[in-house]
Amino acid sequence: MRTTEAHEAGLIARVLAGEKELFHELIRPYERMVYLTLFSIVKNETEAEDGAQQTVISAYRHLASFRGDAKFSTWLTTIAINEGRKRLKKAKGAAEQSLEEQAESHEGDFTPAPLTDWREIPLEALERKELREALRVAVAELPGIYRQVFALRDLEELSVEETAQALRINPGAVKVRLHRARIMLQKRLVPFLKTTAPARRGFFRRAP
Amino acid sequence: MKLDCKHVWEHISEYIDDTVDAKLREDIERHLEHCEICSAILDSTRNILVLTADDRTFELPVGYSERLHERLAKEMEDSEKDSTKE
Repeated sequence: MRTTEAHEAGLIARVLAGEKELFHELIRPYERMVYLTLFSIVKNETEAEDGAQQTVISAYRHLASFRGDAKFSTWLTTIAINEGRKRLKKAKGAAEQSLEEQAESHEGDFTPAPLTDWREIPLEALERKELREALRVAVAELPGIYRQVFALRDLEELSVEETAQALRINPGAVKVRLHRARIMLQKRLVPFLKTTAPARRGFFRRAP
Repeated sequence: MKLDCKHVWEHISEYIDDTVDAKLREDIERHLEHCEICSAILDSTRNILVLTADDRTFELPVGYSERLHERLAKEMEDSEKDSTKE
């Protein structure tokens, strides 16, 4: 059985050897990831789509420089991040602090919100549009450094190592930022969950 | 070791990712058995992650993929022209 990576390596070699049409196939599994990475940085649909197109073209043009020491997905994500940052800088001008300079050490409350009358979201609640909308808003409102780590880890499901590589931060920082992002989201969403799920006293169940 | 709630919260993210060591995992699980507050926090955080990974939560713009491949095809065409010019 061929692994994804071996399959990709094969495709890359063939694209570089002249079968360039295969590049379409190569990036297809990552279209969503590229868009979401851009969106997590620029927070604007049009900009994100334009940036995603630019990312893919850039990857196509520079495919020969892909070394294979990182995964193709990580390499592509790095290009997407750079594209997003470039756009963000352009949009916000020099007055804005660059993302790299935002330290995570600023004081904040990273304590989860307790809830005693609610244990799990019933499946019906997870199906509710309002909850999805609330989550989208809450993610959009996370400070940039947390939003990006959250997007790569929990939305695009990159590993800690891959996220660290793509954002050029250390794995420890990925873990801290991810933890804080998740807690901030938990806190923001608890009010929505509380009002939608009835108390179920005496009912104890946790996911294994 | 007996953990207090605050200690559990500090490790909740790593616990979800299953990157805590065996001893700490055991301590956290023992705490969760009798602490409804921490159990609820854990479940709510987990469910948020389930919702995040659901493709319907973060949707792509309609026609995104088609436009992307069109633009890519155009780029390939253009680079072809450039290389044949030389």
